[in-house]
Amino acid sequence: MLKISTAPHLNTPLSTRSIMLHVIIALLPALFVGLAVFGLNALLVVLTSVAACVGFEYLFCRYVIKQSPSTWDLSAIVTGLLLAYNLPSDIPLWMVLIGSFMAIIVTKMVFGGIGKNMFNPALVGRVFLFISFPVQMTTWPIPKPFEFMNLDAETSATTLGILKHSDIVDTSQLPDYWQMFVGNIGGCIGETSAAALLLGMFYLLYKRIINWYIPFYYIASFFMLISIHWLITGDIKYDPLTHLLSGGLILGAVFMATDYTTTPMSRSGKIAFAIGCGVLTYVIRVFSVYPEGVSFAILIMNAFVPLLDNIYIPRLFGRQRRA
Amino acid sequence: MRKKTFPLGGIHLDKHKLTSSYPIVDAGLPDMVYIPIKQHIGAPSKILVQKGDKVKVGTLLADADGVVSADIHSSVSGEVVKIDDIIDADAYPETMIVIKVEGDEFEPDIDLSPDIIRDIPYSPAEIVDKIRRAGIVGMGGAGYPTPIKTTIPEGKKVDTLIVNGIECEAYLTADDRLMVEKAEEIIIGAKIINKALGIQNAIIAIDENKPEAIRILSDLSKKYVGVNVEVCQSKYPQGAEKQLIAAITGREVSPAKLPVDVGCIVQNVGTVFAVYEAVQKNKPLYERIVTISGDDAAENLGNYRVRIGTPASFIIAKSTSHPKHIGKIIFGGGMMGVSAVNMDAPLTKLTSGILLLNDKDAVKPPETACIRCAQCVDACPMGLRPFAIASAIKNNDFAELKRLHTLTCIECGSCAFVCPARIPLLDYCKLGKLEVKKQS
Amino acid sequence: MSVLLTGILVLGGIGLVAAIILHFVAQKFAVESNPRVQAVEKLLPGVNCGACGKAGCQDFARACASADIETFKGLYCSVGGNSVMQQIATLLGYKTPERDPTVAVLRCQGSCENAPSKFEFTGLKSCRLVARISTSQSECPYGCIRMGDCVRACKFGALHISPDTGLPVVDENKCVSCGACVAICPKKLFEIRPKGKDGKRVYVACRNQQKGAVARQNCKVACIGCMKCTKIVPSIKVQNNLSYIPTDVDAEKFGQELADTCPTSAIVYTGKKEQ
Repeated sequence: MLKISTAPHLNTPLSTRSIMLHVIIALLPALFVGLAVFGLNALLVVLTSVAACVGFEYLFCRYVIKQSPSTWDLSAIVTGLLLAYNLPSDIPLWMVLIGSFMAIIVTKMVFGGIGKNMFNPALVGRVFLFISFPVQMTTWPIPKPFEFMNLDAETSATTLGILKHSDIVDTSQLPDYWQMFVGNIGGCIGETSAAALLLGMFYLLYKRIINWYIPFYYIASFFMLISIHWLITGDIKYDPLTHLLSGGLILGAVFMATDYTTTPMSRSGKIAFAIGCGVLTYVIRVFSVYPEGVSFAILIMNAFVPLLDNIYIPRLFGRQRRA
Repeated sequence: MRKKTFPLGGIHLDKHKLTSSYPIVDAGLPDMVYIPIKQHIGAPSKILVQKGDKVKVGTLLADADGVVSADIHSSVSGEVVKIDDIIDADAYPETMIVIKVEGDEFEPDIDLSPDIIRDIPYSPAEIVDKIRRAGIVGMGGAGYPTPIKTTIPEGKKVDTLIVNGIECEAYLTADDRLMVEKAEEIIIGAKIINKALGIQNAIIAIDENKPEAIRILSDLSKKYVGVNVEVCQSKYPQGAEKQLIAAITGREVSPAKLPVDVGCIVQNVGTVFAVYEAVQKNKPLYERIVTISGDDAAENLGNYRVRIGTPASFIIAKSTSHPKHIGKIIFGGGMMGVSAVNMDAPLTKLTSGILLLNDKDAVKPPETACIRCAQCVDACPMGLRPFAIASAIKNNDFAELKRLHTLTCIECGSCAFVCPARIPLLDYCKLGKLEVKKQS
Repeated sequence: MSVLLTGILVLGGIGLVAAIILHFVAQKFAVESNPRVQAVEKLLPGVNCGACGKAGCQDFARACASADIETFKGLYCSVGGNSVMQQIATLLGYKTPERDPTVAVLRCQGSCENAPSKFEFTGLKSCRLVARISTSQSECPYGCIRMGDCVRACKFGALHISPDTGLPVVDENKCVSCGACVAICPKKLFEIRPKGKDGKRVYVACRNQQKGAVARQNCKVACIGCMKCTKIVPSIKVQNNLSYIPTDVDAEKFGQELADTCPTSAIVYTGKKEQ
């Protein structure tokens, strides 16, 4: 019997699942750096987080909404990885479970599953933990590259923490730019190495999974504001390169702010969104009590997505271009 | 210099032009041809023959009924055995003239010599009349009678003729081969239409994935004043009339306006070639080039010169010996073609290709949840938001459909092609258009 | 103390200004509503189905309020039926419009068995889309596409696709004859007909206009235009090889005979006795 269907009869090979697979591949370099720097603890956190996210999604689909589980689309693995990347490596594992629950169940599944969530699940998980357990979330193990089995919990502040909370910055405490670029600094598991994250970004750009507007405008707007601030005050606290390379800025700009579901659809909307993130990150890092502002900035801008989607709509063909 | 393209959206279709190096071959004569009396937009033509009449190739079978209609000619010589409602590709009964093929005799005034006739001694009115008597319609797929598009409506000004050599549809190569093999005829055809329109400027637009056609036509066009070749990016749907005008001239045709309103006339290369043959050789439109393609359902691919009314099964038998493996037969290309129900349906003036898909490719993948990736928004050449149209349909929000300008959709299918969640976005847009039309 | 006072004064001031603005805006943009319209609207079912031809229940109520006392100007809410119309008439002091209750009937019996599918459709299940690329599920170009656009269009849950036949089935008790299915069906297979006495009605369940032999070949239960029914009831008309039984034919009197006479069982009589 002949099959019939409406046009078009062809499809792009790219599917939801393969997109998620590409994102996971792009996240791998940062994972390797995280494991190399933070050792076995980091591996446990990542495994717990991924397993918990996938498990929660499976159980929720199976027993609460009673639908065939949507875990095959791999999006829960992405969420699990991103959540783990945003946690310090010595966090108690039960907290990781709570974070995964917040991310998958509260942020994603109760809103209707993939594509329906308003906020980035991994970020909600992280921010929930950050507010609930500030002590555990802000103690960072000292990086010990290639000492995989070393479980000693020597802790230190992150670069941004040093900048924020000391009146006169002791520059000898700060890592140099190269250390920050390759990732040999304290911080969350996945955010330390700018090099690995940028490698992932180029992979995603090459595969056309993300486009360049959001990472570029996010980082550029933040970099511009902090540079101006630095030039005016002349304070080493606001050194733009340090701010660029440390903290979660690149992780956020490449992997969190480009999350399809929680960003605007049109090109101009995406640019507005990214600039908003950049401005908010700057404001939080410079003027608030928190040393880091990427998570809050992206979550706040997530809330504006429906509005941005209504304001920035694509130009219709055949209508006058806006002057 | 950056090659020209249209301003919004568009997608890249790769690796589907399997037959671009296959020369055009004559398909031969079937035993029986089925000639529908409606192969164009507008009223069906009035039948002039009766059962038992002997006809030759080029004999007028049916006369245009009104302005928006076209003459229909016999494509074979033989005897009219039946005039009846016969199931067409869509399984709708259509009135067709069935001719049993006997020999291959041509009407005497048809010039069958291979010589290229370069002089155009006719007046504009004579040219339009010849085009009308040859029954030429827009062969890109719209089927709009060409005589209307070779006369400028009163009060309108036209400065450019664009010859559409952008064959952006997946798999189709018929126009590509025509441009390679009949380059000079196409240029003369463009000059003829220019003379009918009373303008000097003709641009042949070709996309960059046809290097041979570009080379041949660029060389030849240097000999002709006022005919230029413009190379465009390979992007789908560049061959859509409004997109092509925007790409070449930068003028955008507003919704509900016609190309004439921005001073352009677009003719497909197939149509231009048919105009050349009609005017210089007195040859009515009784055959056309058809691409037969497909990844693995078809074995012998190619570009065939086919008599109009030939049953599709005749051509399919040429390309594959295992018709059972075919999951889907598409009249046209992979993006906009119509999947046919009836394998014996005849090819018409508008059939630019037959695409065979195997059983696996024939099935549309199931719809999954939208992940808001915005690929459809980036792909839409009209600047629409297909995801929003789909959700408006699902919510029965008809006011929203109007706000989203659903009616301007050109049904190119780019949105549904790129959707990673496999949402049939074009289906939703089509339903949306039906709803909006019903409301107003 | 001064801080407290400033706060009270500022907030109080804002409140006062807002109150004044609200007062004037409310006066300026007050929506004048006719109490009669409101009363009628309260009686209506409020489903905004559009069966009456108006944009919604409020629109219908407005039309009723300004309608003709004698004839109601043909306004009738088929969803509410006679009881609601009587209440409206009493309220407005009009003459009560009485109408026979009606129901939607499907004029096709092209089930999976009678008219087998001739292709496999993949993609978005929608009759209207299938109708654009092909004729219908079966060889019969007039028959039901069996994709259930009507089921989705019905706001009252009165339709479902029967798993045995593949055809939509009308639930007589739920159908309010709003006409949504009539409007959406691309094959125009639904018709609103009087329910008939004790639910007895007779109609031709076929829309095929092909010649008898072709129609029969395509579907076992097609009307072949044999004219036999016209011999029983002369008011039955056969046009384009298709018979149509007018709604005023007495179903109780002729129904059984018509159904028995029809050689292809294309005529459906709902009061048929079980044998």
